[in-house]
Amino acid sequence: MKDKTTLIVESGDYDKLYSAFIIANGSLAMGMDVSMYFTFWGLNRLKKGKLDKGPLSKMNFLGLGKIFMKWKMKKANVRSLEKMLDDFIQLGGKIFACDMTMDILGIKKEDLREEVITDFCAVGTYVKEARESEITLYI
Amino acid sequence: MSKEIKVNCMGENCPVPLVETRKAINEAKVGDILIITGDHAASKKEIPMAVEAMDLELISVKDIDDYWEIKIGV
Repeated sequence: MKDKTTLIVESGDYDKLYSAFIIANGSLAMGMDVSMYFTFWGLNRLKKGKLDKGPLSKMNFLGLGKIFMKWKMKKANVRSLEKMLDDFIQLGGKIFACDMTMDILGIKKEDLREEVITDFCAVGTYVKEARESEITLYI
Repeated sequence: MSKEIKVNCMGENCPVPLVETRKAINEAKVGDILIITGDHAASKKEIPMAVEAMDLELISVKDIDDYWEIKIGV
């Protein structure tokens, strides 16, 4: 069995998306398989043009905190979320979209970036993947 | 024929040196040697961890001035 990391991305916050993608890409880089499940506010970030549009989870201050954070990250030469998503796909990571969230939040397939989504699914797929994973995290 | 592949990660932050190393491993052929350079301190420890996890050969880890150089045999 190959080592696998499974992440649930429930948060749509900017900083938490970073946590998710850094762990995901680090896992891929260290030879693991990775599945990311986007649900609730996380799924909003897979809408076209919305990946880096989330607020900071703390000290957002109506967006001013985020501007400051983006400036600090640029100074530290941190890769953009968009580039991290590119890396994730290039290294063979899989993205799953929660179909119940789509019903609740009224998100249509065509609103989402279908080119990066492996499949639309429910909890059963998550459990199947998670039970064969060494690492599972809820973000 | 095996060849040397250079991966420049100077100035890159977490997790880029790991990710770029992995991309280079994927593209390399058996027998190739990767030479990764960078100055992100944690990556100097973590790239060897990834090499071990993927059963590749860690040829050397060197400090040169204010950066490091890691050689991996694929």
